[in-house]
Amino acid sequence: MNDTVKPTGRTAASAPSPRRRFLKDAAGVAGGAGLLALGAGMYAKQASALPATAIRPPGALPEGDFLAACVRCGLCVRDCPYDTLKLAELGDNVATGTPYFEARRIPCEMCEDIPCVVACPTGALDRGLTDIGKAKMGLAVLIDQENCLNFLGLRCDVCYRVCPVIDKAITLERMHNPRSDRHAMLLPTVHSEYCTGCGKCEKACVLPGESAIKVLPIKLAQGSKAEHYLRGWEEKEAAGGSLIGDQVELPVRGLEDKAYGDTRVKPGEGPQVPDYKPAQPAGSGLDSGWKP
Amino acid sequence: MSAQTTTGGVPERKVPPTSVRGAAMRGVVARPGQEAIEAKGWLRAHKWLLLRRASQLGILALFLVGPWLGWWIVKGNLSSSLTLGVLPLTDPFLIAQQLAAGQWPYQEALLGGGIVLAFYLLFGGRLFCSWVCPVNLVTDAAAWLRRRLGLKGGKAPAGNTRYWLLGFVLVIAAATGSLAWEWVNPVSMFHRGLIFGFGLAWGIVGGIFFYDLLIAPRGWCGHLCPQGAFYALLGRASVVKVSADRRSACNDCMDCFAVCPEPQVIRPALKGVGQDHPLILDADCTTCGRCVDVCGKDVFRITTRFNRSES
Repeated sequence: MNDTVKPTGRTAASAPSPRRRFLKDAAGVAGGAGLLALGAGMYAKQASALPATAIRPPGALPEGDFLAACVRCGLCVRDCPYDTLKLAELGDNVATGTPYFEARRIPCEMCEDIPCVVACPTGALDRGLTDIGKAKMGLAVLIDQENCLNFLGLRCDVCYRVCPVIDKAITLERMHNPRSDRHAMLLPTVHSEYCTGCGKCEKACVLPGESAIKVLPIKLAQGSKAEHYLRGWEEKEAAGGSLIGDQVELPVRGLEDKAYGDTRVKPGEGPQVPDYKPAQPAGSGLDSGWKP
Repeated sequence: MSAQTTTGGVPERKVPPTSVRGAAMRGVVARPGQEAIEAKGWLRAHKWLLLRRASQLGILALFLVGPWLGWWIVKGNLSSSLTLGVLPLTDPFLIAQQLAAGQWPYQEALLGGGIVLAFYLLFGGRLFCSWVCPVNLVTDAAAWLRRRLGLKGGKAPAGNTRYWLLGFVLVIAAATGSLAWEWVNPVSMFHRGLIFGFGLAWGIVGGIFFYDLLIAPRGWCGHLCPQGAFYALLGRASVVKVSADRRSACNDCMDCFAVCPEPQVIRPALKGVGQDHPLILDADCTTCGRCVDVCGKDVFRITTRFNRSES
């Protein structure tokens, strides 16, 4: 464009050629614009780490793809009947304008028709998700065993009771309580296969401030599977029998009538120790309680 | 207020004292449009400005009556919306970034983007800037204050920076595989903030206001905004255009140049530089119609690109 205009009527020595001026201007402008764009890009890259408390709506693509697909229109927020979802504001540490929820504030109610996914026009929320039970918004983790009331031996069970996938996503596992030595502990245990990450457990946890059970992004909550380690019991079940043949079973003296490997004995069962009486102090003086 | 104008007995072509040139001669702050107010009355001298504000605020109100009053006419925001539950509209600038980032959106977004694209292709790309975009309210306020305070000078980047920035926005989207510009885009951020809540986004909006007021006259909309650049590219062949069809009546008061957000587009049409017809065909023109308002001589009017007549 510019270089077709001849610099007529102007002394060629005083003014640089239009072509050179154009190139110089263009270089300056391109450099400035490039820096601005690079700054925006780097900011976006740096801030794209999602804080652990921010949970994406059901059906959200993996975070990288999600940030390419979500246009930040808020239609999912509008169609969420429980005001669970909100759009990130600048300063929220979540990509500006993208939808998320905080389970401790308002958890996902797992609507069967999944209106947020239906509302999404771009595919950032994948319509392939039609069964909310298959959602993987995150994974609940009983993260604070020191303050969880069930771990202290009480029967709180609230996270287990509110779980929409009760007895699958959270079960109560009975354990011996070594502190009292005579009670059981019923430990809430999350199973990743069924947990949708809805966060109702985190919301319901009775602890006053932070919850003992928290929904975390799956990446944070789960380790990678050890690929070289074959789980014998799974292999055995898949093969329909032991892969190394039956083991030789040798009898255990005194426990011949029990199942192989069962070494539990009831009082009075098994080899008995003769009656034992603690030594009595000589004479009939008072017991001072002193022991060597 | 400026001094009273005395119109009686002066020659027709005399430069009015309140205009940009008249004020410069007298060494006072100019009041562009003052002459038009006296010649046409306040209402007619603000006709397009009022219509434009009604359009901007009306569109914003359509988005806001949902969350405020529960009347769900339009859901979403300018990035993507659903009107009355049936009409999807999506910003084609976002779809362009999405495609650059390697994401193929669902049909609604493509359909909505197509509708918006067709509208602006047909009627004029930068109609978005002056009739829809909420940032225009901010930058117009800054420009108005700049004129009222008589702030001169400043350093604005070259006008084609926005096109470079537009290119880089798409490159960065492709490089990061995400809508990187949308982390900071003040246009979508401002509109979304008004509807969904701001956080610290006020800082960015305030930054644009003070940048335009103190550093670069018309700096954001006129030089930097890649979204405006995108819509300018859309509007290269659009129909609605401003014409200086009564340019013979121009008295060189310079008021139109003072209020125009893209003053470089006026000269070819008004002064016949490089073209013989009076149409403003430059895609940078936002068709805001402010030049029509402030001209006391009714030089400009809004017409179509097919009307090259001159009167």
